[in-house]
Amino acid sequence: MKIEILDEKFDPWQAIVEYKRNQLQNNSKIGASSVFLGTMRDFNDDEEVESMELEHYEGMTEKYLSNIVDAAIKKHKIIDGLVIHRIGVLKPTDPIVVVATWSEHRDNAFNATREIMESLKSDAPFWKKENTNKGFKWVKPSNELTENTNET
Amino acid sequence: MKIYVKYFASIRDIMGTECANLDIEESISVDELWQGLIVGKETPQKVLVAVNYEYVNMNYKLKEGDEVAFFPPVTGG
Repeated sequence: MKIEILDEKFDPWQAIVEYKRNQLQNNSKIGASSVFLGTMRDFNDDEEVESMELEHYEGMTEKYLSNIVDAAIKKHKIIDGLVIHRIGVLKPTDPIVVVATWSEHRDNAFNATREIMESLKSDAPFWKKENTNKGFKWVKPSNELTENTNET
Repeated sequence: MKIYVKYFASIRDIMGTECANLDIEESISVDELWQGLIVGKETPQKVLVAVNYEYVNMNYKLKEGDEVAFFPPVTGG
């Protein structure tokens, strides 16, 4: 398992390839790999978003992400899982989060990746602040949005 | 007893500071602490609380050395 919080832009595909090569190289039981990548858009609620600042609660974030991936490994019987999440200032098209899981069969990896993302969005202490053409504003949580959602 | 309080995101904006060392009465709840801290300030729509990196409800009784964090609903991912 790998949990990483990064304060600078990263290449999610390179990170996945490196993790697979270094940590899972000899695991011939892997039959399925599933990846979710969230990237930053340049719009939200009909406003142009120029940049976004992501902050987190250091310590609690790492603890919750570890618990979330650990729970997914046990529940979905996946072989391994990886989560990398950005903090700091992001620009449109920048990767925000990548979740990757590996399992023997596809259902386990699909379900685990989805569940890790949903748990991350509801529990992991991150907050987004957008710099829009109408000024700075804190992003509302997804369950408070009714239309034009800024969901990844 | 001494506790350490942290604020994040929009709650930090409301409180005007990111952290505070406080000396409080023994056995007060998170809710009693919060009601004292928010006096005279804009009440946020919703506040979440974590003590020592774990979510707790407002009835949690604080203990010496606790790290208490107040923050709005999370928006990562």
